[in-house]
This record gives sequence, C-alpha cells and structure tokens, in this order.
Amino acid sequence: MEMPEPDRSVIARRREIAAALRDIVPGEGVITSEDELKAFECDGLMAYRQLPMIVVLPSTTEQVAAVLRYCHGAGVKVVPRGAGTGLSGGALPLADGVLLGLGKFNRILDIDFDNRCVVAQPGVTNLGITNAVAHAGFYYAPDPSSQIACTIGGNVAENSGGVHCLKYGLTANNVLGVELALMNGEIVRLGGKHLDAEGYDLLGVVTGSEGLLGVITEVTVRILKKPETARALLLGFPTNESASDCVAAVIAAGIIPGGMEMMDRPAIHAAEAFVKAGYPLDVEALLIVELDGPEVEVDLLIERVRAIAADKGAVTCRTSTSEAERLSFWAGRKAAFPAVGRISPDYMCMDGTIPRKQLARVLQRTTELSTKHGLRVANVFHAGDGNLHPLILFDANKPGELESAEAFGVDILRLCVEVGGVLTGEHGVGVEKRDLMPVMFDEDDLKQQQRLKCAFDPDALLNPGKVFPILHRCAELGRLHVRGGQTPFPDLPRF
Amino acid sequence: MATVFRPRDAGEALEAVRWALAGTHALDVAGAGTKRGLGRPINGEYALDLSGLAGITLYEPEELVLSAQAGTPMAAIEAALVARHQMLAFEPPDLGPLLGQPANAGTIGGTLACNLAGPRRIKSGAARDHFLGVAAISGRAERFKSGGRVVKNVTGYDLCKLLAGSYGTLGVMTDVTVKVLPRPEKTRTVLLLGLDDATAVKALAAALNSPHEVSGAAHLPPAAARRSAVSYVSGAGRAVTAIRLEGPGPSVAYRCEKLRAELAVFGAVEELHSHNSTALWRELRDVARLVGESNRAVWRLSVPPMAGPGLVAALGRVLDVAAFYDWGGGLIWLAVAGAADGGAAAIRGALGDGHATLMRADPAVRAVVLVFQPQLPALAALSRRVKENFDPRGILNPGRMAAGV
Repeated sequence: MEMPEPDRSVIARRREIAAALRDIVPGEGVITSEDELKAFECDGLMAYRQLPMIVVLPSTTEQVAAVLRYCHGAGVKVVPRGAGTGLSGGALPLADGVLLGLGKFNRILDIDFDNRCVVAQPGVTNLGITNAVAHAGFYYAPDPSSQIACTIGGNVAENSGGVHCLKYGLTANNVLGVELALMNGEIVRLGGKHLDAEGYDLLGVVTGSEGLLGVITEVTVRILKKPETARALLLGFPTNESASDCVAAVIAAGIIPGGMEMMDRPAIHAAEAFVKAGYPLDVEALLIVELDGPEVEVDLLIERVRAIAADKGAVTCRTSTSEAERLSFWAGRKAAFPAVGRISPDYMCMDGTIPRKQLARVLQRTTELSTKHGLRVANVFHAGDGNLHPLILFDANKPGELESAEAFGVDILRLCVEVGGVLTGEHGVGVEKRDLMPVMFDEDDLKQQQRLKCAFDPDALLNPGKVFPILHRCAELGRLHVRGGQTPFPDLPRF
Repeated sequence: MATVFRPRDAGEALEAVRWALAGTHALDVAGAGTKRGLGRPINGEYALDLSGLAGITLYEPEELVLSAQAGTPMAAIEAALVARHQMLAFEPPDLGPLLGQPANAGTIGGTLACNLAGPRRIKSGAARDHFLGVAAISGRAERFKSGGRVVKNVTGYDLCKLLAGSYGTLGVMTDVTVKVLPRPEKTRTVLLLGLDDATAVKALAAALNSPHEVSGAAHLPPAAARRSAVSYVSGAGRAVTAIRLEGPGPSVAYRCEKLRAELAVFGAVEELHSHNSTALWRELRDVARLVGESNRAVWRLSVPPMAGPGLVAALGRVLDVAAFYDWGGGLIWLAVAGAADGGAAAIRGALGDGHATLMRADPAVRAVVLVFQPQLPALAALSRRVKENFDPRGILNPGRMAAGV
C-alpha cells in the first residue's frame, strides 16, 4: 500500500501554514511538536502510521470552515478525524497534510423527544447519544463494537453498522441530517428534523464517504424507544453448514431477529477461554439469536427459532431466562476480538459481506486458504446480514508473517466478491481495501464515483489517497469523449 | 409529439444516450411515464422510454433480495413478492391516479427515481433505504454501477442513494437491486375520533414514542375522513386519527390493547381489522382519493412532525387549503384552490425546517413555479456541480427538478 508522494513544497511551508492556522484557531488548537503529533499517527488500522504535518483542533463550525478555506486557497491537503477508531485507515495522516480533529465538538445540542431525534456535535460518542436519552427509555440503534469510543461524526463518515443493523439499519438509515463544511469553506445543511431530501439525496452519499466529500460539523439522528424485552438463544451446531442453514431458514420463515451472530470453533474456544461464558466446546459453530419486542412476541418467536434450529440439527439449545443470562450469551461474542488477541501476538480483522447462502462455502474455502497461507483463522460473523469478520492470526515479529496475513486477507475478500458479495460491509475502504476496489468495480464505475468527489472537492485536497486506487484529476475526468452520433437502432419503431 | 426511443436492452439504451450526447439532444427519460406530471415539464423533442427493459432477473426470498430491469412493472414485482409473503417495506405509493394516469401502471425504476415512500416510511425508511445496487448510464454515455446485492455494504460511494430521488436527471437506470422484507402476518389499526389537528399529532407522538413499533401514524381532518371509501371512517362524521400495528398475531393483539389503554386520554378509541385496515392505509399511501377535488394544486410537505399542525393552521388563514397528515404529522398533503401560483409563495414563506414539493398542478403553473424546494446558494451550486459531473451536456431530463438540474 503506497500513499501519494508528499509534496515537498508544502512541507517546506509548514511554519507559515501553522501560523495561518493559529490565526484561525488560537491557543493550543494547533499542534506541531513531534511528541504531540505522535498521538495522531494512526487510527484503528495500526499497521499503517504516519506523522501528520500539523494537527488542528477547531472548536466551532466557523473555525472548521475557515481552516478548510485557508487550506483550499493554499493548496494544502486535509485529513478529518473523529476518535480514530476506524479499522480501514480512513484517518491515516498525510506527511504533507493537516489533520483536522473534531474532538472538541463534544456537545449534545438538542434532545427532542416529541420529534424523536437528537442533534449532536460530531465528536459526541455513539454511546453518548444513547446515554443522553436512556433516562426516558430511548436509544440510538446502530451499535458498532467501538461504541464507547467512536464518534457519531465518524459513524456518519463510515456508515457504521453493528450487531443490531439487521433489524434497525445502518447509520445511513438512522441519520436525519448533517451540517457539512465543504473544502472551499462553504457550509451546507443536508436534511434536518424532517424526512427525505428536497433535491438530490446528498446526505445519502455523504454518509459512508469516508471523509472525502466534506467535514461533518453537526449530526441529527433519530432515536427509538427501547423494546420492552429482549431474549437470546444460544445454539450449537455440529457443522458450519447446519448453522448456516439455520440462519437462512430463520429469515425464510419471515423472522428478522434483533441480532443473529455466528462464531466458528476457533472463535468459540478463544472466547470461552477468555470470559467463561459457558459456551459449548464440542460444537463446530455457535449461533446467538436475539429477539426483541413485547414479551408475547419474543416468546412466540423464540419457540419458532428453537423449532427451526432443532430441524437443522442443533445439538445445543439454550434460551435466556434472565437479563443476566442474555448478557452472558453475548459476553463471549463481544469479547471475541480481545479473546483472539490472547491466543495470538497479532491478528487482522477482515470485513466482507456475502450472500448468506454462501456462508458454508466461504468458510470451507477460508479453511483451505488458512492451510495455503500457513496461518490460523477464527471467524465471527454478523450472520443475519452475511457480514463476515475473519480474524487472521499472525506474529508481526516473525519475518514475512504480516505479508502472509495481508495476502490471506486479500484472498478472502476476493472470494467474497467472487460469490456475489462485497469488499467491506461496515469498516470502510480507507487505505486498507483501496487497491482492491478494481476487484469489484471497473474503471468507468470508479471514474463516475470520483466525479461525485469532483463536485465536492475539485482539487482533491480532502483525504486524498483513500478509497480510490488511482487518483484522476477532475479536469481529466470531466473531458468528454463523444463517439458515434448515428441514430440509435434505426430498425426500431419510433413514434 | 416527441420522438420516442424504446430500447429493448441496456445496450440499446446506451446507444440512445450516446446519440443524444453527440447531438446534445435532451431526452425525456421515463419508465411507464405515470409520474411525468410530477416535476417541471421538459418539453423535449426526444423521449427515452425504458418500459422495454422489463423482467425480474433474480429473486432470492431467503436472501431478502430482488433484482430487476428498471422498466419492470411494479405490478409484476408486487405479484412475485406476495407469492412468497414478502414486500417492499417502504410501501411504494401508486401516484398514477393522483396525476391523472392509470392505477397500478408504474415501474420499479420510476418508483426508485422519485424516492417515494408510503406510511411505513417512519418505521422502515424510504425507497433509498432499500435500494442496494444499480447499473446505470450517465449523461456521458458511459455505463456505471454502484452497490451490490447484499444488505450490508460500504464499498465506495453509495450512488444508489444519489440516484434515488434524482428524477432521471443523473443517470438512466437499467438494472436495480432492492432489499425485500417479510410481509407482516397481521395488521390492525387503532382509531381516535374527533381530535383537532394539534391534539391528533400529540396523540400520534405518544404512539410513536411508545415501544409498540407503530408502522403508520396518520390524521384525517373531517373533510378528508369523509372522502374515505372505508365506511367506518367516512361515516364517523368527524376527524379520524389512525395508528397501525403490524406483526405476528398475538403481538399485534397485545400491542393494540396496550396502545388503546395508553391513548384513552385522547377520547374514544376504536379498531379497524384486516380488510378495512388495508383499504385505509392504501388510501393514505396513494393520496388521490383523500386529497379531494382534482382541480386543486397538491403539495407534499415534509416537516418536523410537531410543526405540522401549526403550519397548516397558518396557511389556512391565507389560502383555501384542505390537508391530511401522515408520518406522525411530519408529512402533510395539502390541496390548494384559487391561487395562481398554486400557493407556492405562501407555503414556502411559512415553512421552517423542511421542504415543500408541488406534486400536482397544471403544466403552466409547474413551468413558472419552483416545483421542488428552492435551496440556499451553496447547496444549489453543489447540486448543479453534481449534475454537471454526471450529465455535462444536460441531456437527461434537463430542468426536471430545477433550472440547470
């Protein structure tokens, strides 16, 4: 993975750029000392590190707009950053770029129960929104596993998911509006407390745009009343195939669970060793199926899922009878990543999505790839929506293992696309999957995506080097190649 | 009369766009054309009719996914889904009759291009929330695709969302993939009678703020209620406020009982079952019957739900209006009589957070009034730049949404 060559002439102007930024954000909001820059050198994808040229931490929308306007005029690249928990390197700094941190935007601006929404600054954490409304029985539905730390602005930039998005949707389905500062310093508002766009759905494309289209300075999200009850089933299966069949059969029966998670044997053993959740160790695959809603509905659906599981050959079937038991079922799943971290010096978390019916086939092929690359793998999935998180185990201190792990990851993602799936379900492309984009998209697809960026950021100054493997200049992308001009299909009737 | 190109496949559609690009000919892009009366008139010399691109190409109920060519009739998709007890959860309205066109004649491409959604919007989202993948032709006469066929995907920009609601101005969609969901086993509707608008919207908020998973929340003032074909509603002789619950039978029965008790403070509570319930929500979804006389201009206002009644009351003081509410008060269908501009100046002047779209009016009115909500300069300029980057010569439905777009 290579980043664009840093512009020496910009780096040479570092002192002058820092001074200009200090005029906009006075005091300690501009960081230039190497010690302090170090805290920003990577995000959750820690294999890649780069010291930013300068860090700026504005505290008002006007400051953000002024920083962008200045950088736009001065030809300086900008990388926006929330909490830096992203797993695809979307907030990886640039040696010749300003890192724009939104950490000071940490206030909730409006809690509006009547209109069922919360207006927050982008640096408020995901869980912070739920905490702010929990006293009235409300919550914010998308729940990425980093929800204690990740910010709502980052969630919008990455279109984050979580365990509950099968039933309640991704970030995109739960955001009502944003305020966005463009690279030229203009501020636009997209959406609000009402539904749907009045023109083009720019909110829809800004969500998940990985910081390449604008800097989010305010977010409006919808909130939901908490379901009356939630209960979970813990189902063990003798084969991955039978567990996958069970997942498909639950959906085919018209049931959309609040969450439906799957773990394979290595993941079960690692999790059980770590948190002693009481998982069965004699099964190949474990499913956690959670139903939420009124008690009468939950009880009914639990029985239906139990019958489907039995039909598909489940050898373990436990139903939570208390909140403590439900949480214990989840404890192992939620601790799966650190649990795997205990049995391997390093691991790499992948994130593809596949059509559900391909689960067993993809698992089989992943096992074969594991042998080929000589590295172990543990699998956890959001099985309900086909989102895989294979964890590749390796030791970065052993020469060549990081490279093998990366090659293994690439093989898995290619496999996902081959069976009709996609490169990333919720972690984003960033730098991690950037060079794999041509596996899924042809050149015209990628060029049209970049033309959207040209409308927002024609000089490609905002977060360059992410998402797109080849950076085309907007002037080149705008050139028209007009061919032909014959009347189309003259043999057809025209009226 | 425009010259109509009716391609039989995506390749022929590409040829047509390539030809139009070479000569800078504007194309009036449409599926069945049932919503041609929505938006600014184009008056193009050439039309691109996509109804020949028809057919479901993939339907996997257990994967909750369906792919079809863009010109596939909604009726065909609906029939396939019903057979497997599934649905498009955004409850696409059939606006044909509202716009003076036949009922049940639209296409999936047209539905997505207008990003319409029915009463279930508040629970399940709009068309854009169910639009998983697309293949399209840009105004540069280049094919491009976005998204995929899985429900969870963040690979690249989500151009499906951009094309949803773009009214054919950014690309000619040829193939689409949508998410489908199980059809609810049972439906019941709780009714409150005789509430004024402001009280009704408070009652709807109470229902929506409960944990009972309300999937429809509408209010019909007396005049609108009288127009209903559901005799229980039209015969009530007063305003009717409706709240829909869906799901497994025992769950619906339980939630209905709870909700009736919780809403008892708002007065008499009734229930509609099965057939009557379905009929009422179809009327609310399709609008035409409830909105009244066909010579009125019809507006669709999307506002913060609690702001709805105040806005309608304010407009009632300066215009001859009839209204009804959906989406818990957040969607207002407003029929205006006797205003030369269809009421545009008054409506846009009174509107706070939100937007107003002129859904039905004479072409002469639509040619001079801004059909879609005007945008502030920075946003309008951004929208124009998006258009230029997809359709630099302005050959795809030019001006349909606004001048230059």
